[in-house]
Amino acid sequence: MNVVSANIGQPVPRIDGFAKVTGQATYAAEPHPPGLLYGVIVNSLIARGRIEAIHDEAARAVPGVIEVMTHHNRPHTALFEKSYVDGLGVPGSPYRPLHDGEIHFNGQPVAVVFAETFEAAREAAMLIQVDYERWPHNADFDAALYQKYMPSKTRSNYVPPKTRGNASEAYALSPIKIEGRFHLAPEHHNPMEMHATTVIPEEDCTLTVWDKTQGPQAVQTYLASALSLSGNEVRVRNPYVGGAFGSGLRAQHNVFLAALGAKMLKRPIRVTLTRPQMFTHVFRPEAVMDIALAADRDGTLQSIIVEGVTDTSRFEHNMENLVIWGPIGYKCPNATADYKIAPRDTYTSSDMRAPGAATGVNLFEMAIDELAWACGMDPLAFRLHNYSEIDAMHNMPLTSNALREALLQGAERFGWNGRPPAPRSLRDGREFIGHGMAIGIWDAMFSPTAARARLTSDGRLHIATPASDIGTGTYTILAQTASEAFGIPIDRIDIELGDSTLPECPTEGGSWTAASAGAAVWLACQSLREKFLKALAKSENTPERIRQSEVTLTEGELRGVRDGRREVFSLQEALSFIGEASIEAEETAKPGLRGKISEMRKARFTHSAVFCEVRVDEELGIVRVTRLVNAVAAGRIMNPKTAASQVRGAMVMATGMALHEESLMDERYGRFMNHNFSEYHIPSHADIPEMDVLFVDEKDEEVSPLGIKGVGEIGMCGTAAAIANAIFHATGKRYRTLPIMPGA
Amino acid sequence: MNHASPTAPCRLRINGQHYAADLPPSVTLLDLLRERLDLTGTKKGCDHGQCGACTVLIDGKRVKSCLVLAVSIPDAAVITIEGINQDGQLHPMQQAFIDADAFQCGYCTPGQIMSAIALLEEDHAHSREEIREFMSGNLCRCGAYNGIVEAIEHVIAQQDQDSKGEAA
Repeated sequence: MNVVSANIGQPVPRIDGFAKVTGQATYAAEPHPPGLLYGVIVNSLIARGRIEAIHDEAARAVPGVIEVMTHHNRPHTALFEKSYVDGLGVPGSPYRPLHDGEIHFNGQPVAVVFAETFEAAREAAMLIQVDYERWPHNADFDAALYQKYMPSKTRSNYVPPKTRGNASEAYALSPIKIEGRFHLAPEHHNPMEMHATTVIPEEDCTLTVWDKTQGPQAVQTYLASALSLSGNEVRVRNPYVGGAFGSGLRAQHNVFLAALGAKMLKRPIRVTLTRPQMFTHVFRPEAVMDIALAADRDGTLQSIIVEGVTDTSRFEHNMENLVIWGPIGYKCPNATADYKIAPRDTYTSSDMRAPGAATGVNLFEMAIDELAWACGMDPLAFRLHNYSEIDAMHNMPLTSNALREALLQGAERFGWNGRPPAPRSLRDGREFIGHGMAIGIWDAMFSPTAARARLTSDGRLHIATPASDIGTGTYTILAQTASEAFGIPIDRIDIELGDSTLPECPTEGGSWTAASAGAAVWLACQSLREKFLKALAKSENTPERIRQSEVTLTEGELRGVRDGRREVFSLQEALSFIGEASIEAEETAKPGLRGKISEMRKARFTHSAVFCEVRVDEELGIVRVTRLVNAVAAGRIMNPKTAASQVRGAMVMATGMALHEESLMDERYGRFMNHNFSEYHIPSHADIPEMDVLFVDEKDEEVSPLGIKGVGEIGMCGTAAAIANAIFHATGKRYRTLPIMPGA
Repeated sequence: MNHASPTAPCRLRINGQHYAADLPPSVTLLDLLRERLDLTGTKKGCDHGQCGACTVLIDGKRVKSCLVLAVSIPDAAVITIEGINQDGQLHPMQQAFIDADAFQCGYCTPGQIMSAIALLEEDHAHSREEIREFMSGNLCRCGAYNGIVEAIEHVIAQQDQDSKGEAA
């Protein structure tokens, strides 16, 4: 590989590619220690009530079954509720698996069968009968809306909406207005790898836990606390994660139950959820947004009124930043927003890719499009006229904002000019063609992160940080960062991720990993380089001619110049001069320039402009997305290849949000009924056209130490709205509920 | 344990190697590969034949191994992702997937690659639309679909070039 091409900003192929295309990458359900037992979970069939009896005789009689674990016979776990609180900071009473006989939601684990083979455990699990005392429940979102509330303690990342001007008066006085209720169906993350855990009791009495998670340290802390173990008795590993999209932010019940089983039986345990069981835990909350917008006749936005509600469980208060995006992103003198949550008897909804913004931005951009049409304005022109250069809700400047360039470059790439304004004006045979667009916005976040860099006697550079690569390209961009910061070819770098024993790092998510772990690796490598060169200059064993020359380190070689003569020597030689087998440095990255972003009083956002073409069959109502262009302004792009894949991937998921994905609740049982891939539709090959992603040049030295904003979520924001708006342009019909299924 | 579970003979050739054992008839080919033979490159994504992550070749045809009972295909030749390397080199489809960034998390990848290899044999890849249609049994939640189509097109172009070279 060309050394220079591995630097930051180059389209380096994934360094974990070989392991993944050969099937050698090890995921959570794949280590196979001797004596492994298989755990299969039995789920509650009611939504609310109490277990009266569990009949497990038939299950225990299945050959190979070792134990049936229930709330009656489980080992000791932590007594206090607070021991089960995880790192995500959702207020309320965390769910405690197998804690007692009370049922809080349909699908709640009521027993786990452990057997010598998977087949025996599966068969036995089907034989378990449970008698329940049934209590009334409500799983209907519309009914839950009557109980909507604002919790007294909010989630730590919750941003309360701020009011400016007098929105209702401005609305009343403005000549052009729209209002309506916009709705998003609940969605399930459905990573291709189902949630799974393999727990291995080690000889030194510690537990090694392979778990599908986005935060090995968060799971380690949770397990230690909930199982009353000391922190160093648990090591959590997740070097490869088969997608997560937020489902791995919280420790899921499979990891708790597998570890509990290992504690009970003193044997290695594997628990893998089934695909239907993937619909018994986290999901993107259902949402309604009542949006009222008003403008002057020249298309100047005058009033924004947003009231939004998302659902949560009866026992926890999950919250999203749902209603703030319009007030932040549009310069409008009068704006107000209100947010509440509505409880129902399900598991707690949770963060799914671009939580809050995926719902809030898309539904708001659908409303904005209605207003643009009511004003008789081109949707692009309307947004160019009204978008805000600053955070309009907090009246704060941004570290950078290349949204205008994104809008203009995206429009040009798409060929937006010349679009006939009227709906139903483009047609090809029996299909109407429509062009729509929308703006996307997402936080550019940063979390303090540590990384360790170590140079070893074989001349290789080892980087360790417990960040998780859930398909995001983290391995590759960290190798690029290390390559440039230390001055060593990328094929001599080893990246170690996904191990709770590594230096401190936050859970992966929210698009903050590239900026945060990238900065940590950069600092650690620079620090190591400095330490290494200093030690070389100081060591008595370093030959005089080298010590007295100006030594540089590039491409993994040291060069000195003395008396006009060039000397080249290897890292291995240099380490032998220093007399150390290895040399290492550890650094923690903090936000902003010299860790002082908090003093700058600036807001940080990623922006995008999405353009879409759809074709809608006039008779069957079938919608096909035929073109998608996304112009993204996300600061510095570490690797245009993996970054474009991140954006495209989110656009695929947003296509699902717009047209396919909907978890259907049967209120009588409180259960999501379409719990498999033939009934819960995620986009397939045939649904997805070529997607054109362009990155708009955006230099931003303030947003994070390396100028990175992150690209994992932005593709979700705006894409679903662009599709919905294109459907209006094709058909003349406005839909206010996602997914849109005109043919259904 | 009060009685032994019934078993049936299972005889297969897996990646060129003979395999014979008595197995409970409920063992799927997928679980045999993953849990009893440590061939974990074949992935379980749904266990219902709906996602394609477990795609393998049986006698040259692509099959979802979660829907096949291991004892039901006597003497079949099974090829998994572990068996497609050619003389220690990556299969051209594997290399094309890396070059086109045709995956993110990597979990559906072995199934996509096995399916793509079979697709070319089936002669169902004359256009992008056809590739998309005939690859739609393999879901990818990361949304790497563009890259996968690009990788398949690249291998087809390579093959065309090679066959032209031979003809000349």
